[in-house]
Amino acid sequence: MVGTVSVAFSVNGRDVKAKVEPRTLLVTFLRENLGLTGTHVGCDTSQCGACCVLLDGRSVKSCTILAVQADGASVTTIEGLGTPEKLHPMQIAFNENHGLQCGFCTPGMIMSAVDFAQGNAEPTPDQVREWLEGNICRCTGYHNIVASVEAGARAMAKA
Amino acid sequence: MGLMSQPIRRTEDKRFITGRGRYVDDVKMEGAAIGYALRSPYAHARILSIDTEAAKTMPGVIGIIVGSELEAAGIGHLGAAFPASMLKNRDGTPRVDGDRALLTVDYVRYVGEPVAFVVAESQNAAKDAAEQILVDYEELPAVGLIDEAVAPGAPLVWPQAKGNIAVDWEQGDEAATETAFAKAAHITRIDLVNNRVVVNSMEARGAAGRFDKETGHYELFVTSQGAHPIADTIAKRILKIPQERLRVITPDVGGGFGLKMSTFAEYPLVLIASERFGMPVKWMSERTEAFQSDSHGRDLKSHAEMAFDAEGRILAYRVCTDFNLGAYGLGFGPGIQNIIPMFVVGGVYKVPVLHNYVRAVLTNTVPVEAYRGAGRPEAAYIIERIMDLAAREMGLGQDEIRLRNFIQSHEMPYRSYVGALIDSGDFQRNLHDCLKQADWAGFPARRAESEKRGKLRGRGMAYYIEKTAGGASAVDISFTEAGRVEVGVGTSAHGQGHETTFAAIVADKLGVPFESIDLIQGDSIRAPHGGGTGGSRSLWNSGNGILKAADAVIDKGREVAAALLDTSIDQVTFDDGAFRAQSSNRFLPLLEVAEAARSGTKLPAELNERLEKGLNSSGTHDEKGDTFPNGCHICEIEIDPETGKVAVISYDVVDDFGFVLNPLIVAGQVHGGVAQGIGQALMENCLYEPGTAQLLSGSFMDYTMPRADDLPSFGFTYNEILCTTNPLGIKGCGEAGTVGAAPAVMNAVLDALWDKGVREVDMPMTALRVWETLQRAMGG
Repeated sequence: MVGTVSVAFSVNGRDVKAKVEPRTLLVTFLRENLGLTGTHVGCDTSQCGACCVLLDGRSVKSCTILAVQADGASVTTIEGLGTPEKLHPMQIAFNENHGLQCGFCTPGMIMSAVDFAQGNAEPTPDQVREWLEGNICRCTGYHNIVASVEAGARAMAKA
Repeated sequence: MGLMSQPIRRTEDKRFITGRGRYVDDVKMEGAAIGYALRSPYAHARILSIDTEAAKTMPGVIGIIVGSELEAAGIGHLGAAFPASMLKNRDGTPRVDGDRALLTVDYVRYVGEPVAFVVAESQNAAKDAAEQILVDYEELPAVGLIDEAVAPGAPLVWPQAKGNIAVDWEQGDEAATETAFAKAAHITRIDLVNNRVVVNSMEARGAAGRFDKETGHYELFVTSQGAHPIADTIAKRILKIPQERLRVITPDVGGGFGLKMSTFAEYPLVLIASERFGMPVKWMSERTEAFQSDSHGRDLKSHAEMAFDAEGRILAYRVCTDFNLGAYGLGFGPGIQNIIPMFVVGGVYKVPVLHNYVRAVLTNTVPVEAYRGAGRPEAAYIIERIMDLAAREMGLGQDEIRLRNFIQSHEMPYRSYVGALIDSGDFQRNLHDCLKQADWAGFPARRAESEKRGKLRGRGMAYYIEKTAGGASAVDISFTEAGRVEVGVGTSAHGQGHETTFAAIVADKLGVPFESIDLIQGDSIRAPHGGGTGGSRSLWNSGNGILKAADAVIDKGREVAAALLDTSIDQVTFDDGAFRAQSSNRFLPLLEVAEAARSGTKLPAELNERLEKGLNSSGTHDEKGDTFPNGCHICEIEIDPETGKVAVISYDVVDDFGFVLNPLIVAGQVHGGVAQGIGQALMENCLYEPGTAQLLSGSFMDYTMPRADDLPSFGFTYNEILCTTNPLGIKGCGEAGTVGAAPAVMNAVLDALWDKGVREVDMPMTALRVWETLQRAMGG
């Protein structure tokens, strides 16, 4: 039987301590142990980006790091970004610009976009497209996602 | 102002943008075990034995199911949705679908076919155990490609299907077509490959099931495009139980595109496993698993010929197609290249006579079923490529050849040679609008500018038409004690935004608050029976159905209001959400009347008895009459001859979807559809290895999905030419983008390469293929 190791980090502002199998991926820990099912698994090769979360403010694919690698860090998932009552500007922008259809890639898109927008208040569509290269969407053709990220970045700068 | 025709923001978004969507993998079932399918590594093999003893003793393993146990238990098999009578061979003999058990017993016929189902306490434990199952295979010769399968002496996938032909089919008149060809001033010929694609909804397939041994009832959560078709299949065909013992629920669904219409083996398997092992069981496909176990799309080869008179007018058209069915005829698979597109084979043109011959070819590959458009993008691809080539050969403009052959708006309703009754449309207007939108006239200057930078610029046009409608199902409108309006539908959204669009119709029609409406869908018990969502038919079906159900609500409401307002029914009118007594200025809001009817306290006993369910009403739109969405696509691309890379510079669409209910959602549907067409034309390619039928493109590492930086922003406008055959006047918009995109892109690529001597291009025009094509053309 595989042993376990202790991890301690903050998730959406809440301190979390747990013992996990060393091979546990961060995404598995978030979904299975913490029940944060807003972070999705869309592939098994680190291509699709549906599992993007913020790790100390920077977006990472949570299928690409182990839970133990997040030890001591601060993790923000889509559930911690905004609530239905108090939405984050990027969440509002996705709704306003119809930047989602089935919604499956959306949490990863939004988390990735938030990281991007932190340093880009007035991005060009080409910059947005280049940044989103690591997030795959099958529904929207990206047109409205790009519009959402542009609008969200502007709104975040004003907020 | 009404909500219909407004770009209302989607209500469902709120849960998706906050991570509160509930997809099948998010469904929590207390004490659930994990199922994992062991799949065949061979494309074709005989199974000599399966030994699960060692695997069963692995840590965390609960049990393992193999095919022979299912046979012994009398579990049924999967099959095609097309009845045998609907599609037979030309000589009247039955087609061959093969026989697909949930878990194969004697032979495997494609890489990825499930052989055993492992149930364990965790995904890792299940996978570890699966590795310990010993399957003794005797490998057999395999065919994966159409050409291999139809070659003389090819190994047979099913012995009863001679030459690996599952079914052959034709439409039109071969002899009359031949006669017309003899009179032609010009004949254009083309050979085309429509490449195989993997659907790749971002949420893979998955199911979670439980069996309640107290009640004998099964409950299945499954990601699908419709709960009822799956419930029907599992209850009737597989478990052979009364329908009421199975409830199928489809929660939020992460994209479908045709893939999630069918019942796949793993869905009944989680129920069987739950019953056998006494706990809920969940199975979730991994992406790599999806590549080899999901049904694929397209995969056909066609030869087409078009005969013209001296003025470039079509005299006759003939097409000969072989399509890859995979190892089994499942779902809609057998009918996708014959029955489904048969009314749009001639496109938007006046084709006096045609002959279309289609063969379904069995191969040792995963079954091919519906992918966005299902047969209609393929038909549009053939005719729009040949029209483009014909224009080049005859020295006509791309617009001119189409304008000369269009069915004219004043000729509608128009009965085409193949029997389609096109009710409405204005192809000329859409084409002219699209020329303007794309600045067609300014192209030479842009091409010259590209040339200065050493780039090859091309433009392509396609004019597509689709046929949608059918599959009527009831809509139930009911009023709850809490003052909410529940709208039950047999369609099932998986990204299309029905919670918003359907609510807009109800709100406008009944004058109730938009926020008070709840959509009930994707539940085989709670929602009315229906065929789910697919084929761009949901608004036709449920939208028009809502109008009928709402009319019934109003009729009942007038009667109740008359009693409440103490007047006669003919004195009661309904407008703006309220029943009004004409004789006085008294009125009652609909929700008040509904509540009075529900509670019954203020109504005469006779009326209460008659209105057993208050104002609750059903309605079904089952009127005949298809819709023919159509539109013009213009694509401009630029090729870097050094690398072969194709950049899509601009993409313009002018569509006719009849009445547009929500412009925001319609635009989104077109964008996504176009992206899938561009993806297929330039990058996506599902490859099986010649000789072995091993799947070569098995993950996102080796199958190119279109990404944000592969695509431009799209120019999209529309002309609302109302459909005359349904009350809303709508035409289906869901698949349209995909139908028009591939030929527009490929015509643009050919245009860019034409002056270099290139005459043939096939999808996908990846950078490598463009570069190789250029080298060959220039004698390199």
